[in-house]
Amino acid sequence: MNLARYFWERREEILALTGQHVVLVAVSTLLASAIGIPLGILLTRRRRLARPILGIAGVVQTIPSLALFGFLLPLPLIGGIGARTAIVALLVYAMLPVLRNTYAGILSVDPAIVEAATGLGMTARQRLWWVELPLALPVVLAGVRIATVVSIGLATIAAAIGAGGLGVLIYRGIAIVDNRQILAGAVPAALLALAADGLLGILERRQSKWRDS
Amino acid sequence: MLDGLTLTVEAGETVALIGPSGCGKTTALKLVNRLLDADGGRVLVMGHDVGREDAIALRRKLGYVIQEGGLLPHWDVRANVETVPRLLGWDEERRRQRSSEVLGMVNLPAGEFGARRPRQLSGGQRQRVGVARALAADPPVLLMDEPFGALDPLARRALQREFLDWKKRLKKAVVLVTHDMREAFLLADRIAILDRGRIRQAGTKADLVERPADDFVREFVSEAT
Repeated sequence: MNLARYFWERREEILALTGQHVVLVAVSTLLASAIGIPLGILLTRRRRLARPILGIAGVVQTIPSLALFGFLLPLPLIGGIGARTAIVALLVYAMLPVLRNTYAGILSVDPAIVEAATGLGMTARQRLWWVELPLALPVVLAGVRIATVVSIGLATIAAAIGAGGLGVLIYRGIAIVDNRQILAGAVPAALLALAADGLLGILERRQSKWRDS
Repeated sequence: MLDGLTLTVEAGETVALIGPSGCGKTTALKLVNRLLDADGGRVLVMGHDVGREDAIALRRKLGYVIQEGGLLPHWDVRANVETVPRLLGWDEERRRQRSSEVLGMVNLPAGEFGARRPRQLSGGQRQRVGVARALAADPPVLLMDEPFGALDPLARRALQREFLDWKKRLKKAVVLVTHDMREAFLLADRIAILDRGRIRQAGTKADLVERPADDFVREFVSEAT
């Protein structure tokens, strides 16, 4: 009860920071998809590039996030204190699942179906838009879902470089050893992650209902 | 892999390519619609060298049927059948009229089956849709790669009988790849027996049965007689 009242008293701040958090995650995930999906498609066309590029993306993801925020800070254009730097860092992490799933999703399309589409006289572009992408969509969407959920957690660290979001409450709570304040940041972040996971999961299943043919 | 293959298929004629797996029968078929390109030699379709034609335009002029239909699982039956007409830019009314026509021809009334997805069909029905799709743009040439190979015996026999009926009515030049000698005898006017990329013998059923060129042909033919 005590905690609920604490949340209620602070609802305005929590809501405002949740809003910031959603913007950080949405912008970075959208950008990661806008870059990762076309790049993933390109890698299926240039298979020799796939190993090195997926490898680099995998290595980048192992950089501890707090360190990555630190590395980005001094860079011109993308660096500096604030949301922009945080979005770049989140984008770096969100990109790998999108990229990898797009690549794997398109390669998982039954080659017999792709060949049939070619044999009927589709151009490479028609084949991509009418056959490969629609059939790969559930796997691509799974990548976007993973990217979103990962970003929601990571975005709490963005507060360390002044990007706002629910991390503000967590850092402040740690600084003044106030568990209620930590929870005021952590609980909404966890709920956001669950909600995003659920919603995107529904979308994914809706796209995959004809897949088991 | 193919070497020294010379074969002419006339309009209205069905020629079967048959042989053990790896003999090059599917390769030969894919050379016609340029899913593969030959290192040497020529393939002529209606007198034109396919190597000099635009592969995309060529494929839209050739009906193509593959094993298990090769249907697009996310499109309904009608959309699958209308694929080539759509690629050719037919308007919607003409497409619908034509898809109803060809679906009727393969005994899948469009009213009942048009809106179904491939996974809601039996194997035989999927194969029928595959044939309807290949016929939709009324191509003069039909390429069939083991079209009935994945079906149970009952469905296969029904489709084979229907094939003979379409064949009489449609007067297409048909190249049929099969590994089943009985099927070749039943459906084809002439049969080419392939082995390791070469034609062992090509001829009518009577030629092959009565005058086999060698032991390989004799053995192949004996399995079906």
